[in-house]
Amino acid sequence: MTPPALSAAELARQHAAGTLAPRETVERAFARAAEVVAGPAGLNAILWDDHEAALGAAGELAALQHAGSRPGPLAGVPVVVKDNIATLTMPTTCGSRILEGYVSAFEATVVTRLRAAGAIVIGKTNMDEFAMGSSTENSAYGPTRNPIDPTRVPGGSSGGSAACVAAGIVRVALGSETGGSVRQPAAFCGVVGVKPTYGRVSRYGLVAFASSLDQVGVFGRTVEDAAIGLGAIAGRDRYDSTSADAPVEDYVGVANGSLDGLVIGRPREYFPDSLDARVRDRCDATIDALRQLGATVRNVSLPHTELAIPTYYIIAPAEASSNLARFDGVRYGMRAKAAALRDMYEGTRSHGFGPEVTRRILLGTYVLSAGYYDAYYKKAQEVRALIADDFRRVFDGGVQVLLTPTAPTPAFPLGTKSDPYEMYLSDIFTATANLAGVPALSLPIGRVDGLPVGGQLIGRHFDEATLFRVAFALERALGGSAHQ
Amino acid sequence: MSATVAAPASAKYEMVVGLEVHVQLRTRTKLFCNCSTQFGDPPNRNTCPVCLALPGSLPVVNESAVELATRAALALGAEVHEESIFARKNYFYPDLPKGYQISQFDKPLATDGGLVIGERPDGAPLRIGITRVHMEEDAGKSIHDRFSGASAIDLNRAGVPLIEIVSEPDIRSSAEAGSYLRLLKQVLEYVDVSDLNMEEGSLRVDANISIRERGAAKLGTKTEVKNMNSFSGVERALEAEFARQVAIVDGRGTVEQETLLWDADRGTVRPARSKEGSHDYRYFPDPDLPPLRLTNEWIARIRDRLPELPDARRRRFAEEYHLGAYDIDVLTASPRVADYFESVARAHGDAKTAANWVMGEVLAVLKNTGAPIQQFQVRPADLATLLDMVRAGAVSNTAAKRIFALMVQTGDRPEQIAEREGLAQVGDETQLASWVDEVLSTQAAEWQRYLAGEKKLLGVFVGAVMKKSGGRADPRKVNQLLAARASG
Amino acid sequence: MSVTDAEVRHVAALARLGLDAERIPTIAAELNGILAHMDVLSKVDTSQVGAVTGVGAAGTPLRVDGGNQIPLARPREAFAPAMRDGFLLVPRLATHEDLDAESP
Repeated sequence: MTPPALSAAELARQHAAGTLAPRETVERAFARAAEVVAGPAGLNAILWDDHEAALGAAGELAALQHAGSRPGPLAGVPVVVKDNIATLTMPTTCGSRILEGYVSAFEATVVTRLRAAGAIVIGKTNMDEFAMGSSTENSAYGPTRNPIDPTRVPGGSSGGSAACVAAGIVRVALGSETGGSVRQPAAFCGVVGVKPTYGRVSRYGLVAFASSLDQVGVFGRTVEDAAIGLGAIAGRDRYDSTSADAPVEDYVGVANGSLDGLVIGRPREYFPDSLDARVRDRCDATIDALRQLGATVRNVSLPHTELAIPTYYIIAPAEASSNLARFDGVRYGMRAKAAALRDMYEGTRSHGFGPEVTRRILLGTYVLSAGYYDAYYKKAQEVRALIADDFRRVFDGGVQVLLTPTAPTPAFPLGTKSDPYEMYLSDIFTATANLAGVPALSLPIGRVDGLPVGGQLIGRHFDEATLFRVAFALERALGGSAHQ
Repeated sequence: MSATVAAPASAKYEMVVGLEVHVQLRTRTKLFCNCSTQFGDPPNRNTCPVCLALPGSLPVVNESAVELATRAALALGAEVHEESIFARKNYFYPDLPKGYQISQFDKPLATDGGLVIGERPDGAPLRIGITRVHMEEDAGKSIHDRFSGASAIDLNRAGVPLIEIVSEPDIRSSAEAGSYLRLLKQVLEYVDVSDLNMEEGSLRVDANISIRERGAAKLGTKTEVKNMNSFSGVERALEAEFARQVAIVDGRGTVEQETLLWDADRGTVRPARSKEGSHDYRYFPDPDLPPLRLTNEWIARIRDRLPELPDARRRRFAEEYHLGAYDIDVLTASPRVADYFESVARAHGDAKTAANWVMGEVLAVLKNTGAPIQQFQVRPADLATLLDMVRAGAVSNTAAKRIFALMVQTGDRPEQIAEREGLAQVGDETQLASWVDEVLSTQAAEWQRYLAGEKKLLGVFVGAVMKKSGGRADPRKVNQLLAARASG
Repeated sequence: MSVTDAEVRHVAALARLGLDAERIPTIAAELNGILAHMDVLSKVDTSQVGAVTGVGAAGTPLRVDGGNQIPLARPREAFAPAMRDGFLLVPRLATHEDLDAESP
């Protein structure tokens, strides 16, 4: 597969200079999508696209530039957006039957900002239904396949967006994170994936799964692509009460920053004896590379790590059970025919939701219900504070960035994980960052049996700049070996 | 202060009542989005992604709602907390777009308030405790009889800010319940946080009631009574439910915990049968909203800017205007009426006259039209001028009443009307004498009877002169002239 | 703690999920399998833990009471399943008594 030669930055530059027409770039993206069969007959990464609207936007952009308007950092750059992010054209289905054909009546802030930066949204991507899954096998519209090996999953829940970047259709894509749903597919597909600090990016227009954990995340073919993507969407949004006022730094400007004196932590809990030795080797090689770059590496401990999955799988379903109550057939979306209201609710929700979503709503409702709230939800929130404290202590002790594997294994074959809890364990290295609200990034660090392996960098709250500085340096240092 | 409350009817049992009052705050926009709160707009006109609960929408708190809620809580003597938490109350109903209501549960805005509604027989104050005042959003409206086979949902009201005021179960009679509600409404009216209109739904009352034998300490099983549309309805509903529970307990039965609806037409309570299984609202802190944080300085500033509350106003009226208890009660019942009275009294200088006119003429007109005093056409300054004119003898009292009626109709100033209608009081002795003579000539027989000793006929002659003069004769002078005639 | 079939039915009703009766035992087993992994949390000492605070020490941001309604890019009729005369329509509630209860 030949990826497009031009990075997002280079595309934007050429569009701005007039040496490349945005129309042509958009057409090339659609051509690539057809070539790799991004639709249901093949990878099934793209659910909905709108050629006319995309080409129209490309034309408008060219006209605006001609009239003297300043081109943005993503001028004319085609992007895809996960189908749980509200767009005004193309449906927003969240990979679910219950929103089949639903076109949002408002636009997500992140999409407005992408368009303001000049980007052109060419399609909506497949995902695990309502972002509940780690493989994009839970979509009502069929699973997505990994472009590196189509017999395997691309990861989840943002598998469609990761696959589009890996297949060379786009350089930048948006996904969403709740427990690892951008980083893990990035690792499985051999691309860069970023989960910002909680509150860094607006959630207005991101269909909520678990409100205290959700963040829009960014995929990039390279670190630079991801950096430009995040820079375009980050920042306070008055429509999101949880969005933070922290200033947005220049994530591209750190591209040539030195790692001299940087303190990297290697948390022992992320390197259990059971970890695939080849994954461990890749991580250790990466750590060596960091030392070569001038960083100091320290062994640290995040003792409550093993509690992350039980904690996550109480908090996330609990919040989800409440967030998904609005899908009742009354105001939008699917409505089951029924003579009585109760039957309408139950018919709509039983036909509209898939088995994993149903399971999590039941679990979430149960752990919030009378008699169980204290033992489950309240307890889980308390343990969450302990997990967050682990990070705080390590960072307060002088560590700036942690390095871990992103996922315990490379991409697994489609249809092989039938036990729900076994699937949940895919999030074992990623869920901690969502629980603690800290930013994290996955980048390719090598291959095992030809399958991509991701290395995860975890940073301090609102210190995405340091994460990118390290990622840029590592990407350069690892070079081609990251994809071998 | 109202008198000691009357003893309840049943000798063996007493009712134990707590009231939950929901009050809509008079903000321009909703609690979590800036859709208008305007009542009566076309259905679903005032809706947006947030209050329609479109996927991806998020709430943002209205600062005016917080201010009004704080004002109300302080006026009710409650402690406003620096930190409170919004929580989700989860249940399914078509007028509840998100499938949960954003309310407050574990950490409400304010706690530990109270209202003194009267005196106990021993003279101690009768205080009804207020457990909590918290903020929450209203649901939409469901209309079930407009279309057959379907219910019609209007979400204009969904998201309008409410405060819920929960009393302690300190109420022991329907009369106490009525007093509490009337005083609560008055206090809230004074601090101007709501329209407080039960017909429009900006004030709603639910009751929790149980019974126990007098002297018992333990509380009985309580039932919830809803659907009362007036304060007297609340009183009647409590009496009805009290009687029903007494009958059960007397018959050795057990009161079931349930929700009942008041049927005002039949005067009975009946079970609300929708409750299949009890409600488990699964409250948890809303993760879309960080805690509401207020500083003590901010709260203190709201407290300092609180308008004068009813108690303080009543005391001041006694001291400043030397009015009696009855007059004070009537004039301070509504803060806007009290404002009006004060403007008139201060401009005119004679509080008693001002009081009589406001309580009499002004309130009579308002009662007839049903309009609030803010819309009253007679400006306080103009009424004061009219009273000045009476005091100066420029118009008679009777003429003044006519002028007033015309002021209500036209909004014109009293001097203009008096001149236009020729209602200036006539004091000219010659003119008065001629009217007196006319009257006495037509009522010669009665005059003889008067001279013979029927003194009460004097009023007849005065009245006749007043009538002949079109109300303009100066009654004092008429009396003097008649007296002169009688003796001369 | 283990979930009984009756509890699954109760929870499904709370969540208006309309589960087939035959699926209930399977679902109960699945939930129990998952919940078994959560037991570890009960052994964790959280007595020293303070409240989990949300983003920002300033608390929830407050919005000015005014401004324009957030516009809808499409009319309500375009996405509502059933509307008439501006009202959203839903099937009649099962029992007439519900109707006056407004909210539970």
